[in-house]
Amino acid sequence: MGNYFQPEIETASREQILAWQNERLVKQVQHVWDNVPYYRKKMEEKGLTPADIQGVDDLKKLPFLTKDDLREAYPYGLLGKPLSDCVRIQSTSGTTGKRVVAFYTQHDIDLWEDCCARAIVAAGGTKDDVCHVSYGYGLFTGGPGLNGGSHKVGCLTLPVSSGNTERQLQFMTDLGSTILCCTPSYAAYLAESIHERGLRDQIKLKAGIFGAEAWSEKMREDIQNSLGIKAYDIYGLTETSGPGVSFECEEQTGMHINEDHFIAEIIDPETGEVLPEGSKGELVFTAITKEAFPLLRYRTRDICVLTRKPCSCGRTHVKMSKPMGRSDDMLIIKGVNVFPSQIEQVLLEQGYPANYQIVVDRVNHSDTLEVMVEMTPENFSDSLAKVTSMEKKLVDALKAMLGIYAKVRLVAPKTIARSEGKAVRIIDKRKI
Amino acid sequence: MVYQISVFLENRAGQFAEITTTLADNGIDMRAISVAETADYGILRLIVDNAEKATSILMQHGYLLSMTPVLVVAVSDEPGGIAPVLATVAEGNIDIEYMYSLFTHAEGKAYIVFRVNETEKFVSLLATHGITPTTAEELGIH
Repeated sequence: MGNYFQPEIETASREQILAWQNERLVKQVQHVWDNVPYYRKKMEEKGLTPADIQGVDDLKKLPFLTKDDLREAYPYGLLGKPLSDCVRIQSTSGTTGKRVVAFYTQHDIDLWEDCCARAIVAAGGTKDDVCHVSYGYGLFTGGPGLNGGSHKVGCLTLPVSSGNTERQLQFMTDLGSTILCCTPSYAAYLAESIHERGLRDQIKLKAGIFGAEAWSEKMREDIQNSLGIKAYDIYGLTETSGPGVSFECEEQTGMHINEDHFIAEIIDPETGEVLPEGSKGELVFTAITKEAFPLLRYRTRDICVLTRKPCSCGRTHVKMSKPMGRSDDMLIIKGVNVFPSQIEQVLLEQGYPANYQIVVDRVNHSDTLEVMVEMTPENFSDSLAKVTSMEKKLVDALKAMLGIYAKVRLVAPKTIARSEGKAVRIIDKRKI
Repeated sequence: MVYQISVFLENRAGQFAEITTTLADNGIDMRAISVAETADYGILRLIVDNAEKATSILMQHGYLLSMTPVLVVAVSDEPGGIAPVLATVAEGNIDIEYMYSLFTHAEGKAYIVFRVNETEKFVSLLATHGITPTTAEELGIH
């Protein structure tokens, strides 16, 4: 049997969870109807009123929300509370053209931190642990989320944030970090650095909570063996609060979704039809307790499977598989959301043809992004200095747009295949 | 004025050979070659006997190129022969973007190709030292 942060909730009976969901959904739909005109209009277009939603069985009647809605409604269109009641804004990682902002009341922060606390306790965390948070702090939800969860558990929290590996390792050894929270690729990098410096005997880590990007079972094994820890997956997105929407228990066979706060559905991404348990499809979340940013039926675009098979940890909440792909063309590179359309926009602005190819790979457990771009007569010159400065300008513009470094590879004109029909823009070589 | 052809080179094995073979097949004589490169791509700079013909052939083969006027200066083919020219460059505080030499040696002369930031100033300074840039006709090219 596992450890729980909120045992009465985490091991509640299915009937109890369903009762909470029914009651909270009805209340939430009324809240949205009263306070979010953007969504009310969507309901009205379908001829719905709050009276049509009597419980979870009626959820499928409600319209979906997508990232496009969030962009259209930016910044305040989906706000469910007056700004004076909000205490925090977080934003999606890295992007400028496609930024999404989410709002939180103190109540919303509390429930988000509860979710993260559940994840930390499930990973074996107690008040005697030193929780080393190497997720980025700031607009990105990773750092603040786990930081808050760690406080709730009562761990000694080390808000190291990302980067500065020397400092990470110094604190890890000097202050005896026992739980590491970061992206899996950064964990792999830290593991490598620890071995390079011969610090393996000086670290006290016992567990890691790694999320915000896709990682394979092989990568899990590597990290676990390298650091002598248990590595737990955690899932979430800014739109639904941040990390902690679901998390792994010691069984490590999927992530329990915090169903007292979020109702999960799996739909056919083409038709929008709800699929039965065990089907592979797009994950949709309805936040039933959040006040400030109460998204109903938000399409995550992540493809996964839900299962209600009883779990040996004793938790009764539904489990989701690791995301197996996307139903749109979004790439997650180094934990950052990247859309090919953003790269296209930069190329056009910089005077390059929109015929390009993106090559994503994973080298030493770290993602790499390469953009192959065709050279043009206008950008070409006899002077190497001029050509390299054009190239650097492009690299800088991509960095500004994407938030991460993209290597540019200039190729001769007309060498990137023009395919008939849908162009092959993305070559993802990562084996995840 | 002598024209240089600059060709964009991808970092791909055999590309250089393809270009020289294409030119040879069409009877183009290369008079000078220089390559500037980064790890990923390069710029091939060529002086040929018939720039117009070479350009049209390379373009037909899909190469990306540009034409650049450059200065060719004849120097004595002996130790220190280039010194007076470089002294002029220093005197005028002129920036050399790049330079290389022609294969041709004739009548005790070697030929250096210059690409500088201030061409006119360079030419008039050379004149004060009694040096006149070599013309395409003198090199037997066009």
